[in-house]
Amino acid sequence: MLSAIVAITTLAAVFGLLLGFSAVRFRVDGDPIADQVEALLPQTQCGQCTFPGCRPYAEAIVRGEADINQCPPGGEATIRALADLLDREPKALNPDNGAEKPRVLALIDEPRCIGCTLCIQACPVDAIVGAPKQMHTVIAAECTGCELCLPPCPVDCIDLVPADDGIAAWRWPEPDHGA
Amino acid sequence: MVHEPGKSRRKGAAPTGARMHGGLKLEPHKAESTREPILRGPRPSELVLPLAQHMGAAAKARVAVGDHVARGQPLADADGYLSAPVHAPASGTVVAIEPRRIAHPSGLATPCIVLETDAADHDWDGLHAHPQWRDLTPEQVRTLVRDAGIVGLGGAAFPTHVKLNPALTVDTLVLNGAECEPYISCDDRLMRERAAQVVAGAEILLHALQAKRCVIAIEEDKPEAIAAIKTGIAAQRRRSNTSDFDLALEVVPAIYPQGGERQLIATVTGRRVPSGGLPLNVGVVCHNVATAAAVAAAVLDGEPLTRRVVTMTGDAMAAPRNVDALYGTPVSALIAACGGYDAPVDRLVMGGPMMGFALPGDDVPVVKAMNCILAESDAIAAQRRRSVKQVQPCIRCTACEDACPAELLPQQLHWFARARDFDQARDHALFDCIECGVCDAVCPSDIPLAAQFRWAKAEIRARDDERSRAELAKHRFEARAQRLADEKREREERLKKKQDPAAIEAALARVKASR
Amino acid sequence: MVNEYALLLVGTVLVNNFVLVKFLGLCPFMGVSRKLETAGGMALATTFVLTLSSVAGWALHKWLLVPLGLEYLRTLTFILAIAAVVQFTEMAVKRTSPLLHQVLGIYLPLITTNCAVLGVALLNVQEDHGLVSSALYGFGAAIGFSMVLVAFAAMRERIAAADVPVAFQGAAIALVTAGMMSLAFMGFAGLVR
Repeated sequence: MLSAIVAITTLAAVFGLLLGFSAVRFRVDGDPIADQVEALLPQTQCGQCTFPGCRPYAEAIVRGEADINQCPPGGEATIRALADLLDREPKALNPDNGAEKPRVLALIDEPRCIGCTLCIQACPVDAIVGAPKQMHTVIAAECTGCELCLPPCPVDCIDLVPADDGIAAWRWPEPDHGA
Repeated sequence: MVHEPGKSRRKGAAPTGARMHGGLKLEPHKAESTREPILRGPRPSELVLPLAQHMGAAAKARVAVGDHVARGQPLADADGYLSAPVHAPASGTVVAIEPRRIAHPSGLATPCIVLETDAADHDWDGLHAHPQWRDLTPEQVRTLVRDAGIVGLGGAAFPTHVKLNPALTVDTLVLNGAECEPYISCDDRLMRERAAQVVAGAEILLHALQAKRCVIAIEEDKPEAIAAIKTGIAAQRRRSNTSDFDLALEVVPAIYPQGGERQLIATVTGRRVPSGGLPLNVGVVCHNVATAAAVAAAVLDGEPLTRRVVTMTGDAMAAPRNVDALYGTPVSALIAACGGYDAPVDRLVMGGPMMGFALPGDDVPVVKAMNCILAESDAIAAQRRRSVKQVQPCIRCTACEDACPAELLPQQLHWFARARDFDQARDHALFDCIECGVCDAVCPSDIPLAAQFRWAKAEIRARDDERSRAELAKHRFEARAQRLADEKREREERLKKKQDPAAIEAALARVKASR
Repeated sequence: MVNEYALLLVGTVLVNNFVLVKFLGLCPFMGVSRKLETAGGMALATTFVLTLSSVAGWALHKWLLVPLGLEYLRTLTFILAIAAVVQFTEMAVKRTSPLLHQVLGIYLPLITTNCAVLGVALLNVQEDHGLVSSALYGFGAAIGFSMVLVAFAAMRERIAAADVPVAFQGAAIALVTAGMMSLAFMGFAGLVR
């Protein structure tokens, strides 16, 4: 009886020590999964997912605090990619976060611009060039269509125009795949 | 040196040991349009020249509204390396530079230069002939080809000068005279009537590529073209007794799509172009025979690309034939030149019945890639619609895999495209698909496979685009965060310096001293 | 000798396949087989655990339990050893591939309760295997498990893209497929005693 207790206790202690040592040896730094999730997000930094940027949203998904269907700019493609990565079921975009729509670009109506730099400070990717009392212009190639520059503008001179237009944007329609 | 096929092609091997996998034997429907010689096309009162009628960046207009231009004068310059200039096919006045509807499946408009032609039709004085082209360097030949606006006339419209600047060594030039798609016969008539020009073009291309061997491939159902090219090659051999170039004619089986670049190279040279690679990877460059003829005209006569042979055919066309049309001619003018229709027309197809697409109207202009206009009558269209039943589920019969000339797995690509599993589709060589439509034709369930693969490719390209844009946005976002952090740090350092007691003492001392 | 080991391997991999013939380890078989990459990762983890715990179990039995007359504690001891090995494996997986660790989720620590792992350890004792035989038995069981898991995952990926009737979608068609695989493996019966 005593030998049984001693044997099992010793065994448990040995295993415990081994595992403790391994835990220190195999420590993981950083959050590599969040990196992989973030790489699938569209990087618009628009905040429609209710998080202040794409990185916080990625971290929330990994922590389990956010669902994978909260990103309207990413749309269905991003939801599928996230579902694929994390081995979950893909689901429809959450309508509370917004709707999937074609890409837009911000366009400043130059006659109305007063050079206040509020939109420059708001742009998360520094896509607006300008200086105080100078003309502000959006660099179309850098604009992600996040719409964060619209609220701060005091004269409401920023419009949203479709990003792809005409023949460059035309795509073959999805054919009938069969039953 | 002529390689003849020998026996029936289905089971035998080509002399070079490789033959095309799969493919379909189709009704050629070429006799109707090859009976007559090439008709010189009309000079309409208005020519519409799209700035983007080639692969790569659209050309940039260099004329303004109101300018008077001469025939052959450049109207738009190439924009960058992968681009081509556009020339005036006739002399006249530029009346507009505006969006006009073009030959595109979308039916949308793109910027075009609209030219009102005049009766004078004088030539531009900037055209220079180079009969002594052997004295030019390959680079100079390339420049001539580029400045003449020459692009691939087989349908892809890829700027030819780019294909004459190989990054790897080329030992064989293949001239594609196969013309495998039914109804199209422009290359056939061109070879019959202008074989000497094709052969001259072959020599110039070999000089530019610094290669020795050229194989002109023609399908076995074009005996007159074969004879004409044979004569042309013999004449070339007599002319150049040094024979630094080795020109050969190869007769290939008349199976669709034998004229596909990779398929033709496999049959003619026995080399397989690697998946996702280029013919350059096996030391081969392939050009269309019409492109070769255009290169000859550009170098020998200083002629820029201003016209091409277009096959006007179809069961609704009254008098099908080939027309040497000016670019910018509205298709309606060509149809009128061929005697119009003799049956109610359902649609006009640009290209052939396998790979062509329906034109939005007959007002669209002739472009560099336009090789054929098919007028489909109401009766045939009704028959086509009746025979296409509703799309049914795939029964996994693998008829598509047996028929695919690119040796792909269309059935698997169908399942992946259907499930939107684009990564798997890409891994199964979706981008090697040439969209020939053979799998479509053999599918017993009438699944629109070629359309599916075309859609899947477009989806993948769009997603890759989004991915690179997201990368850029992330990069800029991080750069901005860095900038703000740097600014904050600088501000804090400045503040700390201001609060430093020694600095304050020094500042006070300076003030006292200045008083 | 070699012949005996070869027969042992063929026996555990094909004839007495732990998943499809003995019907052990069905939990990870169904739960981790939706994607091929995940299944591959799980297969590797289970192989590692099975081989190591098979040897550890044999060693513990021979050098601790038998000398002290504590054979009746073998289930407890084996579970202790398996739990430690699985914990170690989990740490190693988290270090090498955090994504795989996240995706496998609960199934990684659940290898502890995988009846196939305990089954191998107990069967080793029952069949009175030596060291090499125990190791091979564990390894063979793992190979059999991995092979079937990977094949099943590949099939499930294809099924996911195919046209399954609504009533059968998901677990239903997966179980039907697993049943058919099991039927196929019945063909090996009698190959090795």
